[in-house]
Amino acid sequence: MKRVILPLFCFFLISVTHVVMAVEILEFSDPEQQERFTRLTEELRCLVCQNENLADSNADLAKDLKKEIYGMIQNGDSNKEIIDYLVARYGDFILFRPPFKATTYLLWLAPAIFLLIGFFFARSLLRQQKTQKLTGEEHQYASKLLEDIKENGQK
Amino acid sequence: MQKKSLPLLLFVVLVVVLAIGLTKDPRLVPSPLIDKAMPVFSLPQLHEADQTLGSTDLRGEVLMLNVWASWCVACRAEHPVLMDLAKSGQVTIYGLNYKDQREDALRWLDYYGNPYTISAYDLEGKAGIDFGVYGVPETFIVDQNGIIRYKQIGPITEEVLNKKIMPLINQLREGRT
Repeated sequence: MKRVILPLFCFFLISVTHVVMAVEILEFSDPEQQERFTRLTEELRCLVCQNENLADSNADLAKDLKKEIYGMIQNGDSNKEIIDYLVARYGDFILFRPPFKATTYLLWLAPAIFLLIGFFFARSLLRQQKTQKLTGEEHQYASKLLEDIKENGQK
Repeated sequence: MQKKSLPLLLFVVLVVVLAIGLTKDPRLVPSPLIDKAMPVFSLPQLHEADQTLGSTDLRGEVLMLNVWASWCVACRAEHPVLMDLAKSGQVTIYGLNYKDQREDALRWLDYYGNPYTISAYDLEGKAGIDFGVYGVPETFIVDQNGIIRYKQIGPITEEVLNKKIMPLINQLREGRT
């Protein structure tokens, strides 16, 4: 038993130290800066693994960009400067929240447009139902049916 | 009848729109650097560490700047294409060796051949960031005035070279005269 446990334990130890080594620790002197860093890296897309943000991504490029953002924050750059810097290089795609401009009008307005279409569709449907009147013949047939039901019920 | 076919029609439109979306590769992100000046950089050369290669050196001709690394598997795929192109002498190819170890990069070139006139050595990947590199290999076509005219993301194939890159290079060259 010992023969198995010791190598296993060693393996576990090695893998743990590896994980610890992989995490780069960025130190902030100011909690406000740290907050900004977290906020920014959560809003920015990792271009390598495209549905992940920079904060979560472990891709090499994401690490480099995080380091870059860290440096810029330390340097006193504003959020806008940092975002402009990245957009100039990687395009709007790096933003999870794309800007509102000519190419993205449709993207931003589509939900409202679809909601409006749905609203008008529902309204016309409801109106149609309301205005549907029975013809004289249909009316007679309906009241006959109702009477039948009443009679049957009494039996 | 017309009313009943409306949902079907909408469905077909939706299918067509989604099908078009499926044919597009989400990894191809359009670069904001197209038609802009090449980012300013100055890096040590790969072979001659005490000499530099910078954006100011890459002026005056239409050229190709290829971002590569010895650890990049896809670079090996495009490498024969670059070798042929370099041999034919149709265009000068500069290399940007991205986040690599110098010895590894040199060994790689020794083994597979060196298509680059000069390779810059970007250990930190800083120039890579300035060029908006997010996946190696990437290739930029830069015109006489140092303006980036085209970016190829992923390996260059014969097809891309013949259908897109060479026609563009010829067009850019003619534009000068």
